[in-house]
Amino acid sequence: MEYFAQQLINGLVLGSIYGLIAIGYTMVYGIVGMINFAHGDVFMIGGMTSLIAFLILVSFGFTAVPLILFVVLLVAMAITAVYGWAVERIAYRPLRQSFRLAPMLSAIGMSFVLSNFAQVAQGARVKPVPPIIGGGHTLYEQDGFAVQLSNVQIVVVLATVALLAVFTFIVARTRFGRDMRACEQDQTMAALLGVNVDRTISITFVIGAALAAVAGLMYLLYYGVVDFAMGFVAGIKAFTAAVLGGIGSLPGAMLGGLAIGLIETLWSAYFSVEYKDVAAFSILIVVLIFMPSGLLGRPEVEKV
Amino acid sequence: MGQPAAPLTPALSPQAGRGSLSVILKKALVSAGVAFVLFVLMIGIRTEAGPTGGLVWWTRFNELAMMVAAVFVGTLVLESGRQWFAALPRERLALPPTLRAAARLAVKLLGPALLIFTALVPVMFYQQRYILDLGILVLTYVMLGWGLNIVVGLAGLLDLGYVAFYAVGAYSYALLATTFGWSFWVCLPLAGILAAFWGILLGFPVLRLRGDYLAIVTLAFGEIIRLVIVNWQSLTGGPNGISGIPRPSAFGIPLIPGENGLAALLGIPFSPTHRVVFLFYLILALALITNWVTIRLRALPIGRAWEALREDEVACRALGINTISTKLTAFAIGAMFGGFAGAFFATRQGFISPESFTFQESALVLAIVVLGGMGSQLGVAIAAFAMIGGFELFRGFDQYRMLVFGFAIVFIMVWRPRGLVGHRDPTVFLNKRTTISADLVKEGRG
Repeated sequence: MEYFAQQLINGLVLGSIYGLIAIGYTMVYGIVGMINFAHGDVFMIGGMTSLIAFLILVSFGFTAVPLILFVVLLVAMAITAVYGWAVERIAYRPLRQSFRLAPMLSAIGMSFVLSNFAQVAQGARVKPVPPIIGGGHTLYEQDGFAVQLSNVQIVVVLATVALLAVFTFIVARTRFGRDMRACEQDQTMAALLGVNVDRTISITFVIGAALAAVAGLMYLLYYGVVDFAMGFVAGIKAFTAAVLGGIGSLPGAMLGGLAIGLIETLWSAYFSVEYKDVAAFSILIVVLIFMPSGLLGRPEVEKV
Repeated sequence: MGQPAAPLTPALSPQAGRGSLSVILKKALVSAGVAFVLFVLMIGIRTEAGPTGGLVWWTRFNELAMMVAAVFVGTLVLESGRQWFAALPRERLALPPTLRAAARLAVKLLGPALLIFTALVPVMFYQQRYILDLGILVLTYVMLGWGLNIVVGLAGLLDLGYVAFYAVGAYSYALLATTFGWSFWVCLPLAGILAAFWGILLGFPVLRLRGDYLAIVTLAFGEIIRLVIVNWQSLTGGPNGISGIPRPSAFGIPLIPGENGLAALLGIPFSPTHRVVFLFYLILALALITNWVTIRLRALPIGRAWEALREDEVACRALGINTISTKLTAFAIGAMFGGFAGAFFATRQGFISPESFTFQESALVLAIVVLGGMGSQLGVAIAAFAMIGGFELFRGFDQYRMLVFGFAIVFIMVWRPRGLVGHRDPTVFLNKRTTISADLVKEGRG
């Protein structure tokens, strides 16, 4: 039971990170109807820039952890957001009216570009950092087995909840959110009514990338390593989360992320660590086949 | 709304004139600024694990400045090129009819000419082992491209996990040959059948999926196969792969020095190049079989059903086409050729490991098919040659290879989303054969 509770906590924390990445997928899919294949690599760039910013701050003698984290978060979000913008501008916007395979392939190309750019620029080796947030709490102890809740886990979950609240507010209540939902429904009509479609799509990519940067920082805090290839698998899992939650739905993405995180952790804990990715991919297949509209999504109507 | 629309800037009005230079400069400055933000940490700072395990970092501001400058100049050149191009008179120069007829004849003869050239490559380059090896590699990808073309180009089923069937074929041959000692010619059909079986196995669950969802599921399937190969160590050797895979024999006669070898039987001195030449003709034959089967299938009801499925699945069902069997045969036949290519790959390399079957391979083959114009056999062959040849140019710069490959895909998609050969001949026609522009061909949502 203690073991289960511990895995539950770990799974929820991992799920928060997946959820943050999944929001980027779900927003982009909602608005332009394409899988942003490069999003996983944007997440990797977020982790990488967080790491570099963190190193610089530490070597300039800053020691206050909350301050460092705040600055790193801002820097990483800003830079990664520009990556998201640039990816859309270079690879997707010229293909918006094209047939569906073109942006998809272009996205795959962009994914290769980003991950190999990181490899060329920062080397292929895994980059470890010492634990930044130490300490934790023992929630419960029995028979020598303790259920631990570390401070990192608290930070990850709190940051996720706060950001989710902020972005849900943006989508539901602001002018931009209304533009976004309008573009999602009908781009031509939205444009006729004075919505700047290009700008709305750009901002969607920017927001998705900024959230991916947060996820990258959380990943760095939680696991203490980043490398150039981490985007691919994390990206597919986050996409699974987005589909599981119902593509196009923000709370769905979060819910899907938590579910994938839990399943992956429990699978590793009780079955086999080697096959945890197989489990996640199998869930993707099963969900798409039996429940293509996900938990909170709207069913897609087939038009002739 | 709310605010009035911004007035047209001078550069956007027809009489751009002198305004255009400042617009170009402004654009270049903006992209240089964006490039600076993109690269300031990723290129400006380099991190690496230090001697004690902790990370150390140093600055690389020279490289950063160079990259930003390159982006600035690149944008300048690109934008002025675009303006110059837009300023050209719109009317195309009409070619004289004789020249046009000559061009059409050249296009017609391109296929046979390429075929003859390919068949003569081992004769011409007998001494250059490198060219022969490269030729074998290109032909392997031509075959993979033609195989995937059945699934993607003809049936319109977007398959991102094609490498799974390649892997199944390779591992089938490797395991059968190393465990039971069966010869290549027995294992080759078996590898194809097993791959086709896996194709059907994948096809069944994804029958209802379309477009992007189908792509992502096939991708997941490819990754699952690879992960199982990596982790099932007792069968597949895991990450270490399988080595000592037997080389093919020329229909039972081994290509070895000594009394029983082919060279001795023919009464010529033995040379290791014989095997390379044999492999070259083997893959050429396999690729041509793929091509021939595809062309024949296109003329059969099943091929027409594939193409109809690509154009409109709902209409297909309304017309009474069995979409289930149509899709499954496309998956199975495409997978079968992937399996053949995999078996050939295993026998050529003598060693296989999961590293050869990553998602990058799937993406490469798909890029070849799309670049080749989706459905054009000649286009796929040319695209395979261009892609693999281009890859070889970067042999010395291994780490830049995938970077350039990624940029190439993006660039080609933006430049010519329809591929190099942007039209195709209709399979069925009434009275007169007219070419169909690719813009009229849908990508197949199914």
